[in-house]
Amino acid sequence: MSDPATPQSARAVMLDVPGLDALIAALAGAGFTVIGPRLREQAIVLEPIEGRADLPAGWRDVQSPGHYRLEERADGALFGFASPPHAWKRHLHPPEVRLMRARSTGSGFEVTDSAGDHAPPRLALLGVKPCDLAAIAAQDQVFGLTPDAPEASRPDPTYAGRRRAAFIVALDCGHAAATCFCDSMGTGPAVPADGGGADLVMSEIVEGGHRFLVRPASPAGARLLDSLPEGTGRPPEAADRAAAAAVPEATRAAQRRRLDPDHRRIVADNLDHPHWSRVGERCLACANCTMVCPTCFCATVEDSTDLTGDIAERWRRWDSCFTMDFSYIHGGSIRIETASRYRQWMSHKLSSWYEQFGRSGCTGCGRCIAWCPVGIDLTEETARLAGRAPAQNAAKQDSATPTGGE
Amino acid sequence: MSPADASRPKLAVFKFSSCDGCQLGLLSLEDELLALAGAVEIAYFLEATRRTVKGPYDVALVEGSITTAHDAKRIQTVRRQSKVLISIGACATAGGIQALKNFADHKAFIEAVYARPEYIETLSTSTAIADHVPVDFELRGCPVNKYQVLEVLSAFLNNRKPNLPRHSECIECKRRGTVCVMVAHGTPCLGPVTQAGCGNLCPTQTRGCYGCFGPKEGPNTRALADWMTGEMGLSPRAVGQAFRGFNAGADAFREESERHVPAHDQG
Repeated sequence: MSDPATPQSARAVMLDVPGLDALIAALAGAGFTVIGPRLREQAIVLEPIEGRADLPAGWRDVQSPGHYRLEERADGALFGFASPPHAWKRHLHPPEVRLMRARSTGSGFEVTDSAGDHAPPRLALLGVKPCDLAAIAAQDQVFGLTPDAPEASRPDPTYAGRRRAAFIVALDCGHAAATCFCDSMGTGPAVPADGGGADLVMSEIVEGGHRFLVRPASPAGARLLDSLPEGTGRPPEAADRAAAAAVPEATRAAQRRRLDPDHRRIVADNLDHPHWSRVGERCLACANCTMVCPTCFCATVEDSTDLTGDIAERWRRWDSCFTMDFSYIHGGSIRIETASRYRQWMSHKLSSWYEQFGRSGCTGCGRCIAWCPVGIDLTEETARLAGRAPAQNAAKQDSATPTGGE
Repeated sequence: MSPADASRPKLAVFKFSSCDGCQLGLLSLEDELLALAGAVEIAYFLEATRRTVKGPYDVALVEGSITTAHDAKRIQTVRRQSKVLISIGACATAGGIQALKNFADHKAFIEAVYARPEYIETLSTSTAIADHVPVDFELRGCPVNKYQVLEVLSAFLNNRKPNLPRHSECIECKRRGTVCVMVAHGTPCLGPVTQAGCGNLCPTQTRGCYGCFGPKEGPNTRALADWMTGEMGLSPRAVGQAFRGFNAGADAFREESERHVPAHDQG
């Protein structure tokens, strides 16, 4: 058993590409189901993997408003992509959870099964980018897992169970899509020095030999590294560390999109701006932005019975502030106009989230921009609200070119 | 009400102009069919049994659209006999695929299809049940989803509101983890304007949504069509045709198709 007090830097390890299999095997050996990136339906999805052969070697994504495509990259990078379509939240805050099952007793009912009765799955999340790491921290707060959370006295059992059982391998980001703007949100592209809540932090280096620098960021991470088979990896050298540090810096340099740092005030001061109506005309109210957002947490609770009425179930399902039913109360829905729903979402995400949780609800992952079927772009809408013409974010092509400055 | 009670609610299933696929959905419940037969008295369901029981009926499921003068009269009788009337499927809720004739000269269709057109008596339109009589609930789909049939019947039997979404098919894709075919593949898809509930059938096969469940609540068909003709480079005709499917007669889809395909043009 390792000593948690051991300086973490001293315990970092360099893995070659096969060494990654040793890491994945060690996670599986410790009882984790390893969730990582893999190819499906011409996209990179975050699903169970068994080894590095499942990883999307040599693929990157090209993203712009309403657009996502994969293309090959020559360097064979295993994590050389930006935000995948679906966030990690589906593994910690599942889209559908049966909260309970109950049986009629004639005069009342008895609960025969509840979500809290089941041991949560033990998931190891492999390759969590800094924007998504920040999103997990935001949801930790939403679901009451942090001391400063409004719901700290009663954390959500489903989320808390999964989150506490999870092992996180974070990854310094090596690829920015044109939709990415983590730099302007202060969430990436480098994993924070304190690990940001991860157990291990990994850098993928492709230049000068494909290899990984892995450093522990928690006692559990240190123990995991200690459990690697004898002879796996080697201690990192200064050149390795320098190469690892250069990876997120190159990603930062390639990132052009930014959200106005004054977004909180811009949105709050412009609640009656005519631009909301213009967005409302384009918005489909389809809810894709909220579904893909890694911090959006809303759910609805539905009760149902079987035909006999003897058995009832209560399910929690992802919901969205873009649906008419979301704001339905006695007498009707409060937010009839699509513009008012878009404003509700964006003003919560970029403004009132600060009042509620002391931080931004946006981490700059760019999913809401890419996965909006009609390419609505919250960075551009914010610029419009501030009275600026668009074009601060030229769309239609991927990053690659370093920023030319504003 | 105990399901074993002799006074089980009487269920009737009526058919108008349709392919019978929605009624089949009821029969394909398989695992739940015996429970259903225990919970209700199947009083009139010609596709399942020749034995019929006279009305009135506690709940009637009505499949099909109104396309003949005889149908238009018969639906009035059905309504009078039924305490609760639930129309099921795209034909019953929007006129079905046969509502394409609403955009054209139906006589030309009859002459093109039938050897002896003089034997055919039909209305010039195919319309939804709700266009003729008050309907208590509309269950969408082409065909209906059997679990939604079960849900609406369970809700009726237990005097509760059915849990049936009115939101977009996109939510069904995202909950399931399906990759968006429009954004990731450039495949035209009606999902953003279509009501969820089919079980995410086409997108899981990397196909765009055909709109079988009809318009969602507040569908912004214009913005979707603009994106398809603009960014996606589809012809106006192709966009108009996309909205002229099984729910061509649903108001939002009909209006959008008419923006792109001229009247009396089947596309």
